[in-house]
Amino acid sequence: MRLELKNLYDDFRDPDTIKALAKLIYNEAKGLQKPVNIMEVCGGHTHTIMKYGLKQLLPESIRFIHGPGCPVCIMPKERIDHATILARQPDVILVTLGDMIKVPGSRGSLQQARSEGADVRFVYSPLDALKIAKENPDKTVIFFAIGFETTTPMTAALIDRAEKLGVKNLLYHINHVTVPEVMRELIDSRDEHIDSYNNRIDAFIGPSHVSVIAGAKIYKEFPKRYGRPVVVSGFEPVDVMEGVWMLVRQFVQNRCALEIQYRRSVTMEGNLTAQKQIEKIFEKRGLFKWRGLGNIPHSALKLREAYAHLDAERVYADILPVEEIEDHKLCICGDILRGMAEPTECQVFGTACTPSKPLGSCMVSSEGACAAYYKYGDLLK
Amino acid sequence: MCLSIPSKVVKIDKEKATAVVDTMGVQREVGIDFIENEVKIGDYVLIHIGFAMNIISEEEALASIETYKEILALMDEEQKRQAILDGNNCSG
Repeated sequence: MRLELKNLYDDFRDPDTIKALAKLIYNEAKGLQKPVNIMEVCGGHTHTIMKYGLKQLLPESIRFIHGPGCPVCIMPKERIDHATILARQPDVILVTLGDMIKVPGSRGSLQQARSEGADVRFVYSPLDALKIAKENPDKTVIFFAIGFETTTPMTAALIDRAEKLGVKNLLYHINHVTVPEVMRELIDSRDEHIDSYNNRIDAFIGPSHVSVIAGAKIYKEFPKRYGRPVVVSGFEPVDVMEGVWMLVRQFVQNRCALEIQYRRSVTMEGNLTAQKQIEKIFEKRGLFKWRGLGNIPHSALKLREAYAHLDAERVYADILPVEEIEDHKLCICGDILRGMAEPTECQVFGTACTPSKPLGSCMVSSEGACAAYYKYGDLLK
Repeated sequence: MCLSIPSKVVKIDKEKATAVVDTMGVQREVGIDFIENEVKIGDYVLIHIGFAMNIISEEEALASIETYKEILALMDEEQKRQAILDGNNCSG
C-alpha cells in the first residue's frame, strides 16, 4: 500500500481523543430538544467525516448534510468547455490546478484534450504559470483559475506579479467562487418537492482554510440574520468532532453564534494583506452558474476593468460559447450539493457513475460527496 | 485535504516577494506576499498552493514534523516528494 501523507497527522487523529469527543457530544446531545442537521460546507470536511467514520460515532440526533464546497464539483460544464476550447487553440498552453483534469464538460475533459494533443499543464502553484509563460514567449499561456476564497489571493498575486514584470503572454480565465453567497442561497431557496427544505440546515461547519484568508467574519450574517450557528473548523477528525461539539453546546444552551474551533490559524479578521490583494484585482460577478445549483448572484469574482485585457473570456469571446448546458438527467448532484439527498439515493451511484467514469461532478473530484461515499462506503454498512 | 507540513524558510528574496523553503528535505520557491509580519530565515511557515500563508511557532512546527519524519522515512524519494507536494495542493 502506498503511504499517504494524509495518514500522518497523528496528533489530530488520535482515536482516544476522537472517542472522548464523541462521548462529550453524546452527553451534550441528551439536552437537545430536536435533531440537529449540520451542513459541512466544504468537501474536505465531507472527506474527513467519511474517512474516519465520524457519522457512526455520533448520536442519531446529529446528522451531517454535505454541502457544495468543492471547487471542482461545482464547476459547470460550460466553464469546462471554455477550458477545453481554449486548450485546443493553436499556440495556447492551458494551466490549471488539481482535479480539474478529469472533470467532463460537454466536449470531454482536459485530460482528453491533452491526449488529443492540446498543451494542458497541471501545476502545484499559480506561480508556475508565470514560469511557463516566461519559458514560452511565443505561446499564449492561459491560467484557468479555480477555487474558493482560499486560492483567490494566489491568483491575484500571480496577476500582480506578471503585470509588474511586464509579462504579456499570460491570460486568465477566472472561476473563483465565494462561500457565503452559496450558503445564503441554500437557506433562501425552496424546492417544490419539499415544503421548506431550508429547515433542513440547522447549523454550518465552516471550512478553516477559507477563513485563514477571509476571516471568520464572512459568516457573521448566518447566526444573526438566519438563526444558523456557524463554527469554523479544521479538517482533521479531532477538529471536526470539536466543531460538532461546539455546535451542539450552542443548541443545548440556546445560543446562536459564530465561533472558531480552528484557532491555530483562523482569526475573525483573516489575512488583511491577502484581502487587499484580492480587492485590487477582482470584483464581484453579477451571476455565476454553479453545477447542480444554477445561477447564484454575486457568488463569484471577475477581473476588474483595469485588467480586462488579460481576461481570456473577453480576449477569446468569439470562440467561447455562452449557451447553458443541462446536467445529465439521471445525476442528482444538484440535490446532493443542496443537502437534499445522499449520494446513495442516486440511481446511478456506483453503477453508471464511478470515480473512474464519473457522470456527475460529485463523483469527479476526490473531495466530492459521491467520491467520498464510494471510497469509504463500507463504513456505512 | 488542505493541510500543510511546516516548512522552514532558508532564503528570502524581498524584491521578488519569494522565499525558498525546506519541507522535510524538499526545497522549493514560494510566494511570501501574504505574510503580514516580516518573515525571517529560520521561521516556520505553512504553505498553500505555492504561497506561505502564516508563520507558526518553532515548537509547534518541530512537534508535528517529528511525526511525519518517521513515516516519510519509509518512502522512496519520489514518493516522498510527491507526498509533500500533495499535502499542500488542495484547490478549495
